[in-house]
Amino acid sequence: MFLVWFEKFFINTPWPLIVLGILILAWIGSRSIPVVIGTFLSFMLIGYFGMWEDTMSTLAIILVATFLCISIGIPMGIAMARSNKIQALIVPILDVMQTIPSFVYLIPVVMLLGIGKVPGLIAVCIYAIPPIVRLTNLGIRLVDKDVLEAADSFGANYWQKLFGVQMPLALPTIFAGVNQTIMMALAMVVIASMIGVKGLGLPVLRAISNQYLALGLMNGLAIVVLAIIFDRVTQKFGLRMQKYRNDGKD
Amino acid sequence: MSKNDILIKVNQLYKIFGDNSNEALDLVKDGMGKDELLEKCNCVLGLNNINLDISKAKIQVVMGLSGSGKSTLIRHLNRLIEPTSGEILVNEQDILSLSQKELVQFRQNNMSMVFQKFALFPHKTVLQNVGYGLAIQNIPVDEWDTRAKKWISRVGLDGYETYYPGQLSGGMQQRVGLARALATDAEILLMDEAFSALDPLIRSEMQNILLDLQSELHKTIIFITHDLDEALKIGDRIAILRDGSMVQDSDPQKIIMKPADDYVSDFIKDINRARVIQAKSIMTPSKSKSSGATVKEDMVLEDILQIMSDAPSKPVTIEDTKGNITGKIEMVNLIEGMKRPESQGTNITG
Repeated sequence: MFLVWFEKFFINTPWPLIVLGILILAWIGSRSIPVVIGTFLSFMLIGYFGMWEDTMSTLAIILVATFLCISIGIPMGIAMARSNKIQALIVPILDVMQTIPSFVYLIPVVMLLGIGKVPGLIAVCIYAIPPIVRLTNLGIRLVDKDVLEAADSFGANYWQKLFGVQMPLALPTIFAGVNQTIMMALAMVVIASMIGVKGLGLPVLRAISNQYLALGLMNGLAIVVLAIIFDRVTQKFGLRMQKYRNDGKD
Repeated sequence: MSKNDILIKVNQLYKIFGDNSNEALDLVKDGMGKDELLEKCNCVLGLNNINLDISKAKIQVVMGLSGSGKSTLIRHLNRLIEPTSGEILVNEQDILSLSQKELVQFRQNNMSMVFQKFALFPHKTVLQNVGYGLAIQNIPVDEWDTRAKKWISRVGLDGYETYYPGQLSGGMQQRVGLARALATDAEILLMDEAFSALDPLIRSEMQNILLDLQSELHKTIIFITHDLDEALKIGDRIAILRDGSMVQDSDPQKIIMKPADDYVSDFIKDINRARVIQAKSIMTPSKSKSSGATVKEDMVLEDILQIMSDAPSKPVTIEDTKGNITGKIEMVNLIEGMKRPESQGTNITG
């Protein structure tokens, strides 16, 4: 499966290449030297403390989960923005997904699919998908009615309006959703490790049950570091995408 | 005006906002007013039996105060709002019978619109904004690019192609809006209070740009405004709306000389009559030359007064654009013309 391939790819590739790749991505995303230097130092520390493999596993599941959430969540958000009925249908489902304790849906997932990466991935996605759906919907609905009317008056059809006007104008909001989704996926890593997902969550879990303070702290901090890097890079990227707003008066 | 000159025909158009609009429609046709309707059916009367003929290549102004239904009316012409009942013919084609696909075609090719709040696409450059109407018709980039550039320079925005709307001033933004509407080469131009959001100087400048363009392009323009001076300056014909009903539809001179009712009189009472009334509205028809100077029939009273003050006792001769003598004006006519119509009353007592 995709996830397995991804994880193997991350673990087996020599670490300097991975670090280089991540630094390049960080630069493309943020265009900020401090962020890139911070990223470099963090990964060096992670490697120094021997958490490299776990970090790579976590990275793999986060990336796959985020990719899944985006590819399901954005179309869902678009559908919600198009029709009030669909919105009325999906909102309660999202409420349930966000508030129900994760353990409750871990039980049926494990019962049906057993223990391993796939159920772990599903659990992470259930938890992480609501923000991207909600914010896509919100972003599209908040697009200025006057501008949409203008597009209408020139004879734009639904898809031309969606991809030419609504999505580009909703992008900053949608991006905030992507950011939130990544953060929530990271938060789920520890819980997912209970059902057999490898990665930084596993040592944390072990530390909790054995009261190894140092082990828990170190791996916990590694998660935090990953979170901060993801957050800074995606936020800076989101900001840059709305550059037309910066020098405007709006 | 011959029948062939009429491009847009609006027949018995009604629009009622709210649920049960069909029930409410019957009540309105039986003569129920706006306030009563709101109370009884919780429906808002948008347009009440509008009949309007709009001639080709002319500027038809629709005037009214806020809430009089003028923006609602203009949005019916390209079906941004669907009517409750009625008929709209453009080029003798019933646009209410168009399918969604045909409607999209119709909007792309026949009508374009300029908006009060500009409604430019903030994420697109000036060039992309102006080319938008062409781009969505799947016209290749290099073609719409040249056409859009032509219109950008026509409205005087050379060099701003790569700017975003947010970087431009209000007047410049509306020029972009105008260029965007003109770029599709649509025959009909809808302008919804297009200049109302601009300050007076820029507004007058934009009016001149519009008149200048119109003298060359001869579009059919439907122009919404609440400003009478603007209506008189650019309108070939003015329709006045009140509470969704048409109060008067006539040429501008007639609105001033013969207001249909008190509402219209109220509208025109603050204008400078000497500056808008033209010679032909007050002259006495005559074929023979008078003793004074000769002036064109569209000269305004203010200018005639200037001429007559040199020789107050000599009537001036009026001629039409071809140079034929059509009438004469004496001093007393001028005074009569500048006086407000009877219905408005005067403040003189005793």
